[in-house]
Amino acid sequence: MNLWRIVFKSLRQHALSTCVTAFSIALAGGLLMSVWVVKEQSQATFTGVNEGFDAVLGARGSKLQLVLNAIFNLEASPGNLAWSDYQDIKNNPSVELAVPIAVGDNYHGFRLVGTSPELFDKTEYAPGKKFELQPGGAWFDPARRDAVVGDFVARKMNLKVGDTFHPFHGLIFNENNQHSETYVVVGILKPSNTPADRVIWIPLEGIQKMSGHDPRAATDVSAVLVKLKAGSAIAGFQMDMMYNRQGNRLTFAWPIGSVMAELFDKIGWFNRVLSLVSYLVAIVATASILAGIYSSMNERRREIAILRALGARRFNIFTAILLEAATISAIGMAAAFVVYGVIVTVVAGVMRAQTGVVIDTLQFNAVMLWAPAALIALGALAGIVPALKAYRTDVAENLTPHS
Amino acid sequence: MPEPLLHIRGLKKSFTTPDGGSQLIVDVPDFSLDAQIQIALAGESGSGKTTFLNLIAGILKPDAGEILLDGTDMAALAEPKRDRLRAEKIGYIFQTFNLLQGYTCLENVLLGMAFGAGVDKHFAEGLLKRVGLADRLHHRPRQLSTGQQQRVAVARALANKPKLVLADEPTGNLDQKNARESLALIREACRENGAALLIVSHDREVLAQFDQVQQLDRINQAAKTEATA
Repeated sequence: MNLWRIVFKSLRQHALSTCVTAFSIALAGGLLMSVWVVKEQSQATFTGVNEGFDAVLGARGSKLQLVLNAIFNLEASPGNLAWSDYQDIKNNPSVELAVPIAVGDNYHGFRLVGTSPELFDKTEYAPGKKFELQPGGAWFDPARRDAVVGDFVARKMNLKVGDTFHPFHGLIFNENNQHSETYVVVGILKPSNTPADRVIWIPLEGIQKMSGHDPRAATDVSAVLVKLKAGSAIAGFQMDMMYNRQGNRLTFAWPIGSVMAELFDKIGWFNRVLSLVSYLVAIVATASILAGIYSSMNERRREIAILRALGARRFNIFTAILLEAATISAIGMAAAFVVYGVIVTVVAGVMRAQTGVVIDTLQFNAVMLWAPAALIALGALAGIVPALKAYRTDVAENLTPHS
Repeated sequence: MPEPLLHIRGLKKSFTTPDGGSQLIVDVPDFSLDAQIQIALAGESGSGKTTFLNLIAGILKPDAGEILLDGTDMAALAEPKRDRLRAEKIGYIFQTFNLLQGYTCLENVLLGMAFGAGVDKHFAEGLLKRVGLADRLHHRPRQLSTGQQQRVAVARALANKPKLVLADEPTGNLDQKNARESLALIREACRENGAALLIVSHDREVLAQFDQVQQLDRINQAAKTEATA
């Protein structure tokens, strides 16, 4: 029978209040850890995704829009650039690889992207990783109406090798805008956990010459994905100068990670609001420990007086209350990991469905250490007020009435 | 001549009245109790008997005087040391038993040990068996009769093998039969454990069981003043 046993008994005696308070701590802790991990993971992931390219060349406009459109297959294209612009950058001695892409059609909301086979032949979307086909598939023939379907699209639309489909005009699905061309699925990509999973890849000419598209833009491209030669950082600066400062027709988004980092800088306030909300929830949950234990102090006064009469010192009682508060927090934080698991699984699922980007929710993050430690410490801190009340309990007065 | 187990000299304790004045509740010039002796103090309500016992137990600190318990002046000790001395040398049986409702009988007795000699489950079980509760070890107080609860309180008071057991109207909440049995048990258990017993009661039947009965208002000058006032 030690202090822990007394604490455990008290928690059991006040089981409902213990559960409610621990649950609020679990929600607060889970929310805090989720916000932190999703924030850090999404920033790290989005600024790290570049499909193996260093830069994007596109029509004059926002670099962010260009990157979101060309790399993440989000947002509308800021416009087209001429085939000669593609040729120019392709022939630049500092450029290792330049891959044109064209957008403008969809299949039930999933974007069709026209490109050249180099995207699959020569590109590593991550170090050491090339796009691969699932068994039984083949890459598209640029001269045919073939399609290679991203893993996510294939699963969502139940597309298999040999299936055919008609694309729809525009980036937003409208059943009235169906093109007459028929495409054949020749391959399904293995999951790459990149935005490529949410795309149907077809030959560049497929988009350029799709029925109903402006024949004057039949050789235009939406953007060019650019990989610079190793050690050509200066070339990046030079091209940035050439396209963005001296020229006024095109935009050179380089480096891709920095462009995305700017996005996170812009939405930094939102992250701060989320963090603030989770801190506030943590404070409210901690306050609930204080309120829960404090409100039970009246009914506990006799119990405390009995313990004191049995020889417990004031410090023992004070410590027991602090331990009780810290234990409620600890129980809550243990449950917080379940809450965290649920939240990040849902968020990661939504993020993957919307962008194709997969965040690693199982990766260790320091918040998983400091958040529990902080909330347990806060819980113990919240126990100080009721513990002081317990400390000051008058034994004789609460044991028996004066005679 | 050996020193008495408990020797009180010049003990005084006052309380502040609601109008801000001071009322002397305990004024005991001299009182002693030898080891293993059983004494009953007869006192009516308002005679300061609970305050007197709380002072001996170190729950209250006197305004003046000495409470020498087994050679240590309880009155001169700081509160943590009084708590320690109480846990080690005093067993206290309350009129309302003061059992912790969230704990089983065994746990209540173990709690009695937790702040004193240390937990000895075997000894605690033995005490509960001794008071006739061998089959009630894991019952909670509310699952017991009043008489059984009193027996748990007796077992708990003896848990630290105290040298002195204080009993404040221990039969006050019991019917006549239970009161008789309970008192006999307390006296026997104290005798077996070598503890002195100081009991305060206003129940004549209880007092009649003791060879040594002292009137509290003769010991406590404050009670005498109160009575004559």
